[in-house]
Amino acid sequence: MSPVGAIARKEIRSYFVSPIAYVIASVFLLIMGGFTYLFILTTSNRSLQMLRVQGNLPDLNINELVFRSMFHDMAVVMLLVVPILTMRLFAEEQKLKTMELLLTSPLTVTDIVLGKFIGVLTVFAGMLGLSAVAPLALAPFAEFRWAPIFTGYLGALLLGGLFLSAGLLASGLTENQIIAVILSFGALLLFWILGWAGQLLSESVLGKILFYLSPIDHFENLVKGLVETKDLVYFGAGIAFTLFLTHRVIDSRRWR
Amino acid sequence: MTTLGIRTSSLGACVAETSTVDPMIQVEHLTKQYGPKTAIADVSFSVEKGEVLAFLGPNGAGKTTTMRILTGSLPATSGRARVSGFDCFDQPMDVKRSLGYLPETPPLYSEMTVTEYLIFVGRIKGLGPSHLPRALDQVIERVSLGPVRGRLIAHLSHGFRQRVGLAQALLHDPPVLILDEPTSGLDPRQIIEIRELIKGLAGSHTIVLSTHILPEATAVAQRVVIIHEGRIVAEDTQDQLSARLRRSEKVSLTLKQPPLDARERFLTLPGVLSVHQEDGATFLIETELGRDLRDDLARFAVNHNWGLLELKLVTMSLEDVFLRLTQQEEGVVEGAEIPGGEDRP
Repeated sequence: MSPVGAIARKEIRSYFVSPIAYVIASVFLLIMGGFTYLFILTTSNRSLQMLRVQGNLPDLNINELVFRSMFHDMAVVMLLVVPILTMRLFAEEQKLKTMELLLTSPLTVTDIVLGKFIGVLTVFAGMLGLSAVAPLALAPFAEFRWAPIFTGYLGALLLGGLFLSAGLLASGLTENQIIAVILSFGALLLFWILGWAGQLLSESVLGKILFYLSPIDHFENLVKGLVETKDLVYFGAGIAFTLFLTHRVIDSRRWR
Repeated sequence: MTTLGIRTSSLGACVAETSTVDPMIQVEHLTKQYGPKTAIADVSFSVEKGEVLAFLGPNGAGKTTTMRILTGSLPATSGRARVSGFDCFDQPMDVKRSLGYLPETPPLYSEMTVTEYLIFVGRIKGLGPSHLPRALDQVIERVSLGPVRGRLIAHLSHGFRQRVGLAQALLHDPPVLILDEPTSGLDPRQIIEIRELIKGLAGSHTIVLSTHILPEATAVAQRVVIIHEGRIVAEDTQDQLSARLRRSEKVSLTLKQPPLDARERFLTLPGVLSVHQEDGATFLIETELGRDLRDDLARFAVNHNWGLLELKLVTMSLEDVFLRLTQQEEGVVEGAEIPGGEDRP
């Protein structure tokens, strides 16, 4: 097995032997399920109202009314959940001195960073996949298009990957898991706010730059069903750059 | 950057050197600074194949720093270190493959079982699926982990955890072992077991171990390097170290009925330098170097009817050597606990 695979497997395993993965996944799925249920309920109420007024069954856009809102809320819940998922990745190893095992084994820092990222991304993808019960359950009763749901999930995976890489970086900076959570939560929220600031200043060049830097718009395009190279490049480059920073942080800790 | 200059110039030299029979570990003029603080300064030593070398020093003397440089995980500020012919700075991957390292805190994942942990270690050490099961069985046998191989590491006693740490270092059967305080925090029986294990590994493995406990160095190592405040203050076999530092012979003498002025009366004997009354009836008598006064002292005590119970030559222990060496530098051994107290075998 490649060293990256060995580390990734170890990370996945350690999420499931502790209650962390179960608790996070349950909370995530419960909140997502609750939101989606509410959106479906609102939509069906609206369709009943319109049936009463117009006399025929209206042609409502389920993709628009249910799933777009679902993905928007998913992004917000991810903002809260991802820092907790990533906090232990490096902080715990540094605290428990197991980092010494990794650093004195024939592994490169790249192996370690990639292994951890792939591990946590796998756990996250599994959690995301479970939330797909909502469209699956709705499929027999309503008509909607699957394509935007697939691109929405691709967007959620990319956005999640970006958040996870930021969380990994924060975890590498400290050996205290609480500090790692606060750092990554703060950084994610700041990037989110950048987007709002960008929208407010949308006339100026600064506004456009801020808006581009924030993940909001790139995620929104994918949720709408638009797969554009610029958005994929944004996420790919963002993840690669953050992982590179993590590599530098871990490598420089060696010197101290 | 002077560091760079030294490294590049030493590169040429290492090519020429590899042709001769090299020691397994060679450390030359190693210096490590953490900001303004110097952790080790100009440390040089070498370890031959199959030898056990003890690195002895008070806490904070620079033992761990030196060992971490040897593992290839900590870059030195200047100087050079080579392990089985590989440069610790330029070829860290080869160095890491050829050594096993047990840090002071064994790096254990408590949520894994012993077997799961060792499988993970095997994978990151690059053992393929064809070698791993055999290596695993061998190492479990070697450090006697059989009865606990399925247990969670979190539930293991301190002694077993230390063994799992040792198993981790031994798993890929490296020619060089670096053990940082391998017996710290263990009870006397476990200490003896770990020491026996280390002695069993000597010969087939080149071992460097650190300790601040003196009898440990005596018990397992052929050669001792004493380090104090980041500098090597002595390096030799134990016998030679004590011989070199001996300035006088010491005789311990116990009497049944010592007179009140026994101390003064012993001092009247020719050749006696000083007399120290240890407790009621035991005297530590220091005599001139190269003069064995045991015969004279015995006759003296018997003639006076003091009831001679015991008479023996006191050889200088490594502990005395250590204290003398570290005190010469400073006057007082800073931060050194009185070593060996809890750990005499």
